[in-house]
Formats: sequence, structure tokens, C-alpha cells
Amino acid sequence: MPVNIRTIAISAAALGVLGYLVYRSEDATTRKPVANKVTVLYWEKWTGDEAQKMRRIVNNFNASQDRIFVKMLSISGVADKTLLAASGGNPPDVAGLWDTQMTQFKDAGALTDLAPLAKEFGIKEEDYIPGYWKLMSPGGTLVAFPTTPASTALHINKKFLKPGEVPPQTLEDLDAFTDRISKVNNGKVELAGFMPAEPGWWNWGWGYWFGGKLIDGDKLTVNSPENIRAFEWVLSYSKRFGVRETQNFQSGFGNFSSPQNPFMSEKVASVMQGVWMANFIDLYNKELPWIAVPFPLPKDKQHLKGMNFIAMDTLVIPTGAKHKREAFEFIAFVQRQDQMELLCSTHGKNSPLVKVSEKFFNTHLNPYIRLFDELARSPNAAYIPQIGIWPQMDSELKNAFTEINLGTKTPKEALDAAQARLEPQWRRYQQQVMNKSITTAEAQP
Amino acid sequence: MKSEARIAYLFAMPWILGFLTFLLYPVLASFFYSFTDFSVLRPPRFIGIENYKEMVQDEVFWMTIRNTFTYVVAAVPLSATVAILLAMLLNTKVKGLAFYRTLFYVPSLVPMVALGILWLWIFNGEHGLLNMSLEKLGMSKPPNWLGDPAWSKVTLVMIAMWGSGNAMVIYLAGLQDIPQSLYEAADLDGARLVAKTRHVTLPMLSPVILFNVIMGMIGSLQVFAVPYVMFPNGAPARSTYFFTTYLFDNAFRFQRMGYASAMGWVLFLITLTLTFVALRMSERQVHYDRS
Repeated sequence: MPVNIRTIAISAAALGVLGYLVYRSEDATTRKPVANKVTVLYWEKWTGDEAQKMRRIVNNFNASQDRIFVKMLSISGVADKTLLAASGGNPPDVAGLWDTQMTQFKDAGALTDLAPLAKEFGIKEEDYIPGYWKLMSPGGTLVAFPTTPASTALHINKKFLKPGEVPPQTLEDLDAFTDRISKVNNGKVELAGFMPAEPGWWNWGWGYWFGGKLIDGDKLTVNSPENIRAFEWVLSYSKRFGVRETQNFQSGFGNFSSPQNPFMSEKVASVMQGVWMANFIDLYNKELPWIAVPFPLPKDKQHLKGMNFIAMDTLVIPTGAKHKREAFEFIAFVQRQDQMELLCSTHGKNSPLVKVSEKFFNTHLNPYIRLFDELARSPNAAYIPQIGIWPQMDSELKNAFTEINLGTKTPKEALDAAQARLEPQWRRYQQQVMNKSITTAEAQP
Repeated sequence: MKSEARIAYLFAMPWILGFLTFLLYPVLASFFYSFTDFSVLRPPRFIGIENYKEMVQDEVFWMTIRNTFTYVVAAVPLSATVAILLAMLLNTKVKGLAFYRTLFYVPSLVPMVALGILWLWIFNGEHGLLNMSLEKLGMSKPPNWLGDPAWSKVTLVMIAMWGSGNAMVIYLAGLQDIPQSLYEAADLDGARLVAKTRHVTLPMLSPVILFNVIMGMIGSLQVFAVPYVMFPNGAPARSTYFFTTYLFDNAFRFQRMGYASAMGWVLFLITLTLTFVALRMSERQVHYDRS
């Protein structure tokens, strides 16, 4: 087949267009220098409104000096992409991740030890609320700094409290409240006072309210008596409404961030939620009369007062980042009290810093911000176990939670099974990832 | 001629480079990684056949195998049956045929994630269209399609039939390839629709059926997107936890690339074996027109 000039010209033009597109797409991902400044590439998980609020802080930093330009990009699946980019030797300089990944990423060698830079910039442990500092330094290595943190409390729709009624003070009170106000009609649940499975983000952690833990030192305690007791309490709720009825009722719940959220649409009268909930109520059901109180503890566990789950979004410098010092300069800027309060107030969160201004409390959208701040500071505040096999543990506990609610296993059976599956995985992780030698006694299930 | 060949290779070069870089190298590398402990960032550490030995004892691995096989056994024949029936219907001479052909093909173009979200609402236990219709028909307690382990896989099998449009088009082409003279001969012998279908249509269509069944089987062994969107974490109670979902979790959630690579090779061997068995078993049943 003869090749004519026209074919070659069309092919060359097509290649030219392709080359131009590739060249332009480079703009989005590379550190193209901006007017002789060092460009710090910052990948952030947030999109939309949350990303815009973070962008304000980035803009403030860029305007505050003339040596560094932080280029912020919203990246979906940021954790996987950061990990793969780090393995390819071209990670971003800063990545916005979650606290749940810190231990696993640290053990994998994906994160830079930030202690020397923190020291150089005068950032100290005493500046942070202790629980958050622990989340920042899994296993004692400082690898992350917060963007926005959170604490949790029981949110109650006031409509369902009698005039002058005190909100549930104990877990037993919460059960009684649920029994009193829940409505089941012809086998259909129409209103639930409370449901442990809603929103389902802390299904792994109910044991903490009963004095349990998932790991003690480096020993897994998934099937401890406290955890079994907690899951029996969870089971009492699916028995209360009926397994099938509960499933049907829950399947009708809309997304968390929507007017069909079961708390916002008044299908569930009380729910454990984070400090951010005020933002969403403001967005989707402004008229909802609500209060936030510490989530109640069982009568015999009142000494755990202040127990709640804390968590935070983090900034890290991945291993192999090109501009570590400049990246940390940006992170240090975010940690400034004025910037941190600006970010946390716009995101509807509490501050991770020990020092908080009165203005922050007085102007915050959440009327219960002082309560959330107090809960964050509680010595009994809990957080996800800092263990590198957390994703596996989370998966096992989610499965156990479902099996218990479906009635296919008793709490003891389900948690024993989870423990049995996790133990060899934990031993393998300790050997292969943490290079720990396991003694024969430790290796016994 | 030589110059033509050079130009042909030149034009094929982007594909060849892509194939070598993005397919052949990863495939070979994954074979090596399957004998290592590899978590992406640290250098892979050779551990022999440990990953494969672990797989034998991993009860979740076996559960995903069972779930995947159950799905394949149910979804492949059902989808094939639906696609053949649709193709036969669309092979008749009715008015608006082009419209119907488009109508039945369009669903297979819907992206998987969008499809997952759509079906979530159709199968919703409380407000779903399906259960509302069943209630209207007098069923007092319709199934909880998404929350009950007994129904979750059934739900996915039903969804699999939604995408029969692709196979239907191939069956339709196969049907149109059957010589009309065979039907005329069958008419002369007094054969009716069922007899003609059994003795003419299906034997003549058998190579196409074999092709579609093998492709459907390979696709079903790799089922991922819809269950991943509709049933996070293989819920309820891992009843929808499939082989590829577990492989994905091991690779990207648990950072166990070595184990995930080993799983990938096991899936490859399973697929290869099943394809070989299907081809061998079909030798007597499939009729090739070699005239």
C-alpha cells in the first residue's frame, strides 16, 4: 500500500495534538517553577467546599512570603496515589491523609520523621492536646500534623425529649429513651430512639465504652470480655427492632451528607456524631432542634467519664519528597493558632491546639464547641488502635458486627473468630514489616 | 514491501510499547512478586511459596472462591439464556426492530459505578421500586435484597442479566448467519418452533454460545465494580466478598502486594483451567459448519 503525503501529514498532526495534550497535562502534576519560587506540591483528599476552605490557608501562606509557592491539588484516592508516587520516587511534598493510615504508612516507610523539623521550627508536644499528639506520632515517631481534628458526642433531637427532661446520663438511660420513643408499625420501624449501627463509622469501637480495648501493648484483645459485652449490647438493638426490620429500616436511610440523613430526616432521634455535624444540620435542616451531650457510659463504667472518639485529618511529608524543608514551612504555617482556628472554624471542627482563643469559641458555628473541645482534652478520649494491620482489623470487626446483627453468630463466636484470624496476620506483620522476632510462646494462638 | 512493513511497525509501535510497558512487564513482575513479601515501598523480600501456602489456610480466600464460583455458576447460564432469548426475539420480523435492538443494547453501555448506584435504589429494602412493586402485588414481606446474605448474591446475578446486551448482539449476528435453507428443510419435515430451535438454531449457534459462555465466565470470575459499589466490605457478612475484591483489598488496603500477586496468578490458573475444560467438554456439543 503506497503511503501518500496526506496520510503522513495527518499522522504528524495527530501526533502533534497528542504531544501538546501530554505537555499541557504536565502542568497539573509537575512542579513548574513560579517566578523563581520553590513550588511545593500539595495533594489533598478534600474536594469541593472543604478544599476551598483549605485553599484559603494555602493562599494565606503563599501571600505571607515570596520564596515558596504551594500548589494544592484535590486528588481522589489520595492515600493509594501518594503511596504509589512515593514508591516511584516522585511523591508530592505534602499530602493530606487520614489518621487511620498513619501507623501503616509509617511502618511501610512512606512518611518522613518530622521531629527534627518540628524542633527547628519550635513546634512542641505541649502545644497540642495529648490525644491528638498521640495520633500524630504513632509508635512515638512524629510523622504527621493536623489540619482539622474532631471529637464525638451524642446528638439528640430535642423534639423527642419531654419538657425539662434530662438527656440520657447512662447507657441504660439511652436504652430506656429508645424503648420509650421508638415506633414500630405493622413490623415496620418508623422511628428509632437510637441505633448503634448508625452511622456505622465506629462499629469497631463500642467495646471502649465498656472499658475494652482492641490492642493492649502488642497483644490483640478483640475478644476480651468487655468487647463481648459491648457487642451483646449492640445485639440487643437488633433484637429490639427485629433483624429484618432493622435491615429494612436502615436500607431506607439516605447519604450522610444529604437531607435524607436519618437524623436530619428525623428517623433516628439520637446519634453519635462528630463536631462537624452542626455544619451539616445547618446545611440540610436548619430548623432541627438539637443538643449535643457526652455519649453516655454504662452505669458501672462511669469512671470512664469523658470517653469519646477523637480523630483528625493529617498533613504528612512522604518519603522522597523533593522540598521537605519548604513543605514543613507550610505545615508549620498551618499550625499557627490564627490559621488553625480559621481552618477549623470554617470546617466546623474543634482546634487540636492547647491554646484556643475566646473568639474561636464565641464565633464558632457549633453551639456546643466548648463541649467538643472539652471532650477532645479528656484523658479517656479514645482513637483507633495504632496498629499497622488496622485495615484488616477494621474489616474483621465490620464483618463480626454484621454477623452479630444478623444473628448468624453470637458476639463471643464472632469476636473469637475475628481474634483467631487477626492473630496470625499480626504475627506475620510484626515479623515481615516490623522485623520483630516472635518467640515460640508468642506464636501460640 | 520492506518500507511498507517498516511503516506498519512504526504505526503499531505505540501499541507495542504500551503492551511491553503496561502489560507484559507488570504480568512478569507480578509473577516474581508472588514469591515475595512486598508492600510497595520496601524492597520485595523473597519468601518462596509462603504466599501460596498461606492462601491454602486462608478461610476468607476460600470464602471468596466459593462466592465467586456460586456467582459464575448462576450468572453465566442465566445471562446467556436471557441474551439468546432476546436475540431470537430481535431476529424476528416485527415493526420497530431497530428501536428494540437499541433499547436492549443501551443498558450494557451504562458505566458500572453508575449502574451500582442505580441498582442500590431499585433493590432498596424500604423504598426500592422492586419491593414496592412486590408489595403492590400482595407480597407482605418482600426480600431484603441488599441486607440479607441469602439474597445478596441473587441480587447481583439479577443485575448481571442487565448487561446481556453485548452478548445479545453477538448472538444476533450468529442467528443471522444461519442458512435459511435449514429452516425451510425443517418446515418441510413439519418441524415447529421448539423443534426448529432445538435441532437447527441451537446447534448452528453453538460456536457463538461457546464463545459467549467462555467470555462470560472470564468476566464473571473477575466481577468487581458493581459489588464493590453496592456491597462495601463484601457485606452482608462477606456474602458478596469476591475473589477480585479480596485481591484488591490485599493489594491496596492491606498493602500486601506479594499476596495479591499470588492471588492474581491463582485466578489466572483457575480461568485457564476452566476455559480448557469448557473447550474440551464442548467438542461434541459444538457444531462447526465446515462446509
